[in-house]
Amino acid sequence: MHIVVCIKQVPDSAQIRVHPVTNTIMRQGVPSVVNPYDLFALEEALRLKDQFGGRVTVLCMGPPQAEDALKKCISFGADDAILVTDRAFAGADTLATSYALSAAIRKIGEEQAVDVVFTGKQTIDGDTAQVGPGIAKRLGLQLLSYVSRIVELDLDARHIIVERRAEGGVQVLKTAVPCLITMLENTNEMRFAPMENMIRAARYEVRKWNKEAAGIADITKIGLKGSPTVVSKVFGPTPREDKAEMLNAETSTPRDMALNMLQMIFTRKPELEAQIVGNV
Amino acid sequence: MSTPTPPASAASKPLTPTKGGRNLELSEALKAYKGVWVFIEHDRGVVHPVSWELIGEGRKLADKLGVSLSGVLLGSPDDKLDAFATEAFHFGADSCYVVRDLVLKGYRNEPYTKGLTDLVNKYQPEIVLLGATSQGRDLAGSVATTLLTGLTADCTELNIDSNTRALAATRPTFGGSLLCTIMTLAYRPQMATVRPRVFQMPPSDAARTGSIIEDTLSMVESSIITKLIDFIPDAQSNKVNIAYADIIIAGGKGLKNPDNFKLVWDLARVLGAEVGATRAAVQAGWVENERQVGQTGKTVRAKLYIAAGISGAIQHRVGMEDSDVILAINTDANAPIFDFAHYGIVGNAMTVLPALTDAFREHIAVRGRKVA
Repeated sequence: MHIVVCIKQVPDSAQIRVHPVTNTIMRQGVPSVVNPYDLFALEEALRLKDQFGGRVTVLCMGPPQAEDALKKCISFGADDAILVTDRAFAGADTLATSYALSAAIRKIGEEQAVDVVFTGKQTIDGDTAQVGPGIAKRLGLQLLSYVSRIVELDLDARHIIVERRAEGGVQVLKTAVPCLITMLENTNEMRFAPMENMIRAARYEVRKWNKEAAGIADITKIGLKGSPTVVSKVFGPTPREDKAEMLNAETSTPRDMALNMLQMIFTRKPELEAQIVGNV
Repeated sequence: MSTPTPPASAASKPLTPTKGGRNLELSEALKAYKGVWVFIEHDRGVVHPVSWELIGEGRKLADKLGVSLSGVLLGSPDDKLDAFATEAFHFGADSCYVVRDLVLKGYRNEPYTKGLTDLVNKYQPEIVLLGATSQGRDLAGSVATTLLTGLTADCTELNIDSNTRALAATRPTFGGSLLCTIMTLAYRPQMATVRPRVFQMPPSDAARTGSIIEDTLSMVESSIITKLIDFIPDAQSNKVNIAYADIIIAGGKGLKNPDNFKLVWDLARVLGAEVGATRAAVQAGWVENERQVGQTGKTVRAKLYIAAGISGAIQHRVGMEDSDVILAINTDANAPIFDFAHYGIVGNAMTVLPALTDAFREHIAVRGRKVA
């Protein structure tokens, strides 16, 4: 079987800092990583490969340096890696991104038919969760979003049964392959990269596709031009107008300070006090 | 929600209408799109409260535009869609589009996408809002791609831009360190999702009425590939629902290790509260991810929110800043959380939390006795 896993290289968000005066992102020195949510998708794909054999191709759209993220995926056990990279993709929103990625997946499918496409639940930098559903729609694949478990895959009967996280419970869905799965987080644990794969990854030449190689003819569908959404402004948060009432733990004993704080809150909010006293 | 008015800083860039040769003008045909829609999400007989929260916010947008507000109800003939529509009218909708079909029994992407897409193409609303739930996000992404229009996810504020009359949708960006306002200028409808609890529940007015517009879905079960074969409800015991909790004690990376995080649980037990956490604390594995508060976790509107060892990055802030009383504990007097907390304690959470736990316990014992 042939599985395509879409990944994104993202800045390690825990290390992003905002300049306190200019409110701009300080990108220098912030390391890039594979979007953590995508690793659950990759691991699930590798497990299917362990079970059924076949190939796992990882696909990424991004700047040339995103090949590092793809090499990381090779070290975990992916067979092939393709980076779709072109200046024309810059400024893409989720609609334009799903267009470019779906074109590339079609192209990959010409080499070997694709059975399952995986994506992560969302990225940690965009947090939209829209690209997976977008790719599915553009390729006409059945969409299985927020999948927590693959219950059964039958490649002869061409069907798959999954559990999908819904509000207040889990849906059990049965559909046909090919399909697109967005994998929920914490559903599996990424394997350790064995030494031989790490060596392979270091030597691996990521295939780089520009827009023509990815089969994209219409440049009005990609990048900024293909993006219906417009970012009109970016700004930092504003402090509340009234300042917080502050106590300093060092100026009194913890006990006095705590009693003091309760006094302050409950004087202002007697109904909260009534609820707390009645609650317990 | 407290409105983050953009400061006149270097980063608030004005709109440049011709950037990159993009079409940012609304065509005459698309100007005919009128009205605000809210997709009303229901499952197994219950409407998700986020739908009513969106009706409340949609009402404000519709009034600003001078257009009508409609709910969209898709479901099977045995779903209580008329009762849901009546409720939508009470919360502020003027009308409801209702499609009843057996293939709409239980949410599935394909028939729901077709149902909503067909309605949009036929009745042409300018704005479509959905809850950012697993159902709403699944549906919104598919519908927006089918319609080839703009969709803004997980908005924390919705407004109407006075120059363009476009929907100005604000959401955190760059991993939650800044906010950005996004508009869909040349495409219709403008779509957005909003997470539960971001907007307040609107008041219900039992005297309000509205009209129902029935429509049909031309789809047969045999043409639908995905089958819903079972639904396993979550066990009552492991259902964590902090979005609707009144009192929340939350811990962040400042607690340093999972042992110290237990101090959060101690205080929560005394107050009968739920436990929340930042993304960092969840990623460190100190608590389950159902307890994460913030842009990628839950949005809460607690009566009392105690934040221990939390710096107050936007990612967390947008998930809890609408709580009535926010008490923050942090060693750093300049931590951003003190910019929006109501009460602050500068000190080490490892000593402050136990002191608060004792103080609350005593207070409850004394006051409880007086009441009894």
